[in-house]
Amino acid sequence: MNPELGNFALALACCMAAGQAILPLIGANRRDARLMALAPALAVGQMIALITSFACLIHAAITNDFSVQNVAANSAVSKPLLYKITGVWGNHEGSVLLWAMILSICGGAVALFGRNLPSALQARVIAVLGGVAAGFELFCLTTSNPFARVWPAPLDGQGMNPLLQDPGLAFHPPILYTGYVGFAVPFAFAIAALIEGRVDAAWGRWVRPWAVAAWCFLTCGIAMGSWWSYYVLGWGGYWFWDPVENASLIPWLTGTALVHSAIVVEKREALKIWTVLLAIGTFSFSLSGTFLVRSGILNSVHAFANDPARGVFILGLLALVIGGSLLLFAIRAPQLTTGGLFSPVSREGLLVLNNILLCSICAVVLTGTMYPPFMSLLFGKTISVGKPFFDATTIPLAIPLMVFMGFGPMVPWKRAQMWPVLRRLWWAACVALVALVLATFRMRDILPVLATATAVWVICSSIADITERLRLFRQPLAQSWQRARSLPRAVFGAALAHAGVGIVVLGIAGMSQAAHRIVEVHVGESEMLAGDTWTLTDVHPAEGPNYSALVATIEVRHNGRLITTLHPSKRTFASQHQTTTEVAIHTNLMADIYGVLGDRHGDDANPTYVLRLHYNPLAPWMWLGGLIMAFGGALSLSDRRVRVGAPRRAKAVDVMVIQ
Amino acid sequence: MTRKSRRLWLVVACMIGLGSAAALTLNAFSSNIVFFMAPSQVHAKPPPADRTIRLGGMVVAGSVRREKVKDSPVNLFDVTDGQAAVTVRYEGILPDLFREGQSVVAVGTVNPDGTFRASEVLAKHDETYMPKEVAEELRRSGKWDPRFGKAPDAASWNTMTAAETKKPATQTPDGN
Repeated sequence: MNPELGNFALALACCMAAGQAILPLIGANRRDARLMALAPALAVGQMIALITSFACLIHAAITNDFSVQNVAANSAVSKPLLYKITGVWGNHEGSVLLWAMILSICGGAVALFGRNLPSALQARVIAVLGGVAAGFELFCLTTSNPFARVWPAPLDGQGMNPLLQDPGLAFHPPILYTGYVGFAVPFAFAIAALIEGRVDAAWGRWVRPWAVAAWCFLTCGIAMGSWWSYYVLGWGGYWFWDPVENASLIPWLTGTALVHSAIVVEKREALKIWTVLLAIGTFSFSLSGTFLVRSGILNSVHAFANDPARGVFILGLLALVIGGSLLLFAIRAPQLTTGGLFSPVSREGLLVLNNILLCSICAVVLTGTMYPPFMSLLFGKTISVGKPFFDATTIPLAIPLMVFMGFGPMVPWKRAQMWPVLRRLWWAACVALVALVLATFRMRDILPVLATATAVWVICSSIADITERLRLFRQPLAQSWQRARSLPRAVFGAALAHAGVGIVVLGIAGMSQAAHRIVEVHVGESEMLAGDTWTLTDVHPAEGPNYSALVATIEVRHNGRLITTLHPSKRTFASQHQTTTEVAIHTNLMADIYGVLGDRHGDDANPTYVLRLHYNPLAPWMWLGGLIMAFGGALSLSDRRVRVGAPRRAKAVDVMVIQ
Repeated sequence: MTRKSRRLWLVVACMIGLGSAAALTLNAFSSNIVFFMAPSQVHAKPPPADRTIRLGGMVVAGSVRREKVKDSPVNLFDVTDGQAAVTVRYEGILPDLFREGQSVVAVGTVNPDGTFRASEVLAKHDETYMPKEVAEELRRSGKWDPRFGKAPDAASWNTMTAAETKKPATQTPDGN
């Protein structure tokens, strides 16, 4: 019963989305208030229908309804409850439904939180969201229906890939998808603005919170994905420049550019056309990201679905959404007026530089990701580009970006003098120079040294920005406190996000100095790595809910003092004949001690075990920094300027005269 | 600052940004592209010793063996495309999905003695999955047509090839 209810709710949502796409647009064109008022109602209705549908699928998974093909293929009775729930989105059909549900929630959010928007704009935004949602829901219904039944129903399901049975992966897809899909809202605003033919400061103010929210989720999602591959895949790496990872990085880069260029629209009414293009581009890259993953055009470790029929549908959908929006852009963009003037040395100038550099990095990553599939498609040559390519291209572009990032928040709008800015930043520059010198002595290679110095520079200049605004140490503390309370939270958010970038880069630079050894030892033997003594003291079998495991005990000592005891293990999942390695990580926030248990060899009386031991300096900073960035974004979202008073279009002077 | 000079400045900045991106990309492409090669191609035309390549094929059944250099274990196995086999040396833990008789991709360099020094060994999640390059190579060598079912066992081709090259006339009918 429930799967049918879910299927019905999905079909209902699809119909509502179609209505939501058409009726409000007509209403907005005819200035028909009744048709426009349908938009929020349909958006909320669609949201409720899809949430119901998704809940039905979760219910089927929890109750082990193996007559639903999706559940039978991806779940099993013995699977723990958490993974029964999260397994719903660990496969193609479920993840498309999740995507559609998040999109409908975005639509519902615009309907609920966007009440103070002009009704025509709100109607058009919701209509665009409805159009995209209708496409995805149709895709879900026709090519990948998660509620399809199977007869006869099997007694037990086939289980889930053990690699995916992990708490980190459980929450990674929803957060990442929220990031991807969240950029649909700025996209919808851009399309609505193009239809209206009007972009102004108020538009910038409305778009920015949505872009920032999506950016926060995408940042978190990428950080979680990287963390997952670090501790689940057990290779000791955190980013593999895998096509799927790049597919999430590309919209992040353009999304970051969007978040910054929208500031210029909001404050100075400049860069309007560019910002609209960025909003379209970011969502297009998000969509293509899904397409790349789901169609299997790019083979990667993440490919759950390699089905060309679906690929054709999504390709059509992509062509429609991206092609249509770019066509609209080409027709309407010349009508948008260009905005205020500014000198190269100004806040706007630096934000333009930020955009240029971010887009250059994006272009490089896009080229590196797309070149191999195109070469094999066009010339039949099989090539691949990996870490060396991306390191050699992105880092040289990222370093100037970080240098300018330090200046950005301190430079005044419109026209600035360099000297006062430098005077306020001299100490940050000095600290960065000291870091440069120290790093030169302590680190291998030139790029990590430069990255360390620029990261320290970014962190220090963010601190300098805040202390400067608070007049800290130049005024009594009480007055600084007063200033801190009156300072908008967005300022703190920006500084925090910038410092987060610095922390991430420090983590990456630290990881480039990581040490690892692969050893084969008997129980009781010791090995040295990075000044620590690692002793394998015990290996014993253990039983889990749906696997059996071999658990090792490794004691790590520094100068005889016990630092930690690691318990890496190897799990064998009987239902899939698969083994997974469970990494043991001990962190003290300055470095990770990371141990992996490998194969067992030799005779039963005195076996040897292969161990891989890693010492990863500053590794936790990468994810910590990612969280700080996202938190900075969230902090600037909580700024009261976002909620109160802001969304008023400075439209009619006569209204003000009357008041 | 007039509108014109601002535009000029913007264009110059864009050119510098995208130009340096293009220069970096081209430069990196010239040295960092990793080509895929099958064992028979490695035999026919060994790449220079400093060139990283991806070697793909099937792990010959029964070929996996181990050595111990100091304390580090070294895995040795043969990778075949049905025409030729290359011995791979890999210092490290083989991935969980690594199996004899299944497809594998190794990233590394070719030693002067013809063996392959792998820095990374990749086996895919799915046990029925075969990397596209490997499947393509097997079809080209005429050992497998995907229309006629699953790829045959790697061990069988290797002995088949060996038998063919040694005494092509007296191939046993049981195919083993």
